[in-house]
Amino acid sequence: MTGHILDEAAIRELAATPATEFVIEARDVWKRYGSNDVLQGVSLGVHRGDVKAILGPSGSGKSTFLRCLGLLEPIDRGEVHLEGARVGVRESRGRFVPLAERHLARQRTDIGMVFQRFNLFPHLSAVGNVMIGLTEVRGMSESDARTTANVMLDRVGLGKRASFYPSELSGGQQQRVAIARALVMHPKVMLFDEPTSALDPELVGEVLTVMEELAREGMTMIVVTHEIGFARDVAGRVVMMDEGRIIEDAAPDEFFSHPREERTRRFLEAVRS
Amino acid sequence: MDFQGQVFLEALTSQSLIRGVQITVALTVVSFAAGLVMGLVLAVMRDSRLRVLRALSWTYIWIFRGIPTLIQLFIVWQALPQLFPALREQWFSPFLASAIALAFNEAAYAAEILRGGLLSVDEGQRVAARALGMPPFSVFRRVIAPQLTRVTIPPMANDFITLLKITSLASVTSLRELMTNTQAAVSSSFRFAEWYGAAAIYYLVLVSIFMLGQSWLERRYVWTSQARGPRSLIRAIGR
Repeated sequence: MTGHILDEAAIRELAATPATEFVIEARDVWKRYGSNDVLQGVSLGVHRGDVKAILGPSGSGKSTFLRCLGLLEPIDRGEVHLEGARVGVRESRGRFVPLAERHLARQRTDIGMVFQRFNLFPHLSAVGNVMIGLTEVRGMSESDARTTANVMLDRVGLGKRASFYPSELSGGQQQRVAIARALVMHPKVMLFDEPTSALDPELVGEVLTVMEELAREGMTMIVVTHEIGFARDVAGRVVMMDEGRIIEDAAPDEFFSHPREERTRRFLEAVRS
Repeated sequence: MDFQGQVFLEALTSQSLIRGVQITVALTVVSFAAGLVMGLVLAVMRDSRLRVLRALSWTYIWIFRGIPTLIQLFIVWQALPQLFPALREQWFSPFLASAIALAFNEAAYAAEILRGGLLSVDEGQRVAARALGMPPFSVFRRVIAPQLTRVTIPPMANDFITLLKITSLASVTSLRELMTNTQAAVSSSFRFAEWYGAAAIYYLVLVSIFMLGQSWLERRYVWTSQARGPRSLIRAIGR
């Protein structure tokens, strides 16, 4: 089976994990900046093919949590597991210590990340942005990487824009290149950090469409978002974060029609109005 | 007015000025290149997490920017051999001494330019590269360095031009660069206007050639699909 976005190999890889196992899991994650406890014991697991949406006010720790899951920030306490194996640390004399950056780099290749501000490399064309992981990390030859990257760009609808530079692309196109750049590495899970928050309203749709298609094709995803519609229609579970904690975790129907927490209710009212 | 065109032309085409220009260019390029490498190390140290490295870098920049270049040249060329007899040998040539002094001086300025450049590269760039799984050196070489280069071309070019002219101070080490040779010719001919005029023109020509190189380099660092194409000097002139 081949999807519109994922190729056969990627879908086979995704299917290789048993659906009952968490692809990525946070266990009691704590993170402090200075005297500020940004994350206060966050636990969350995502099964294969599931989509979790994370909602919450700014400053609730959503983005920090995603960066911790993506191994971009060391955590102070707790554990991150990828397909059942603990990541981000190594054992040394019975204690766990953070891995060196180059070892972390290897573990990060299994996790795809998409950022609010796209973070495309401005000195590389669209295809250059998608290729760079293949050549620099996967050790693929320049020509193979270019072919693979072009196919990937085609799948997110940007085949004709391959030679364009980020400054020549709209926000929606840039974000789709950023998604292609992450997907081409065949990640086991995709983490989206407010992928549509920096976009003009009329460009949000094209990015959400790609993400919906990805979800349909079985990609495991965690999406920090303010898009209520996306959370309701695409996510299997919706999570509410506030002050560094998960305060509600429910199926979308229940989450949006009967939120248990007063805090969630107030937040939903605020974003809907 | 007493300006002898014939003497001026002779000065312009004289072996001593042409040879001087070659040494001036060599000294500039060597000290700039060495200063750039040292400056990059200093710039990275300057924002290091380790306090010792930050302090070392700060102290270096403080000393080498603070002491006049002329004194630094005298220190390397005359004071150091007085302190260390090993430097009184033949191999410690005027060129070597000048290159060392100017490179150490240049490093302090380059460090500050590069530090500013590093700070100007959006943190999100590093984050995105790391998220792709790129190891630290790849992140620097493929993502940070090109963006650093682009923002630092103008201040670096400025710095290079300054250095090119500062090499004239190396005449105090008896290095036979452009200024030394000009002065030698003046003191035997007493034709000031002609010889200084010729030397001034050589400096102007060198700076102009370099400015062309700068435009060419800046064009290479315009990141649009249209800007590619032949990167010729002729297009750079057209700016």
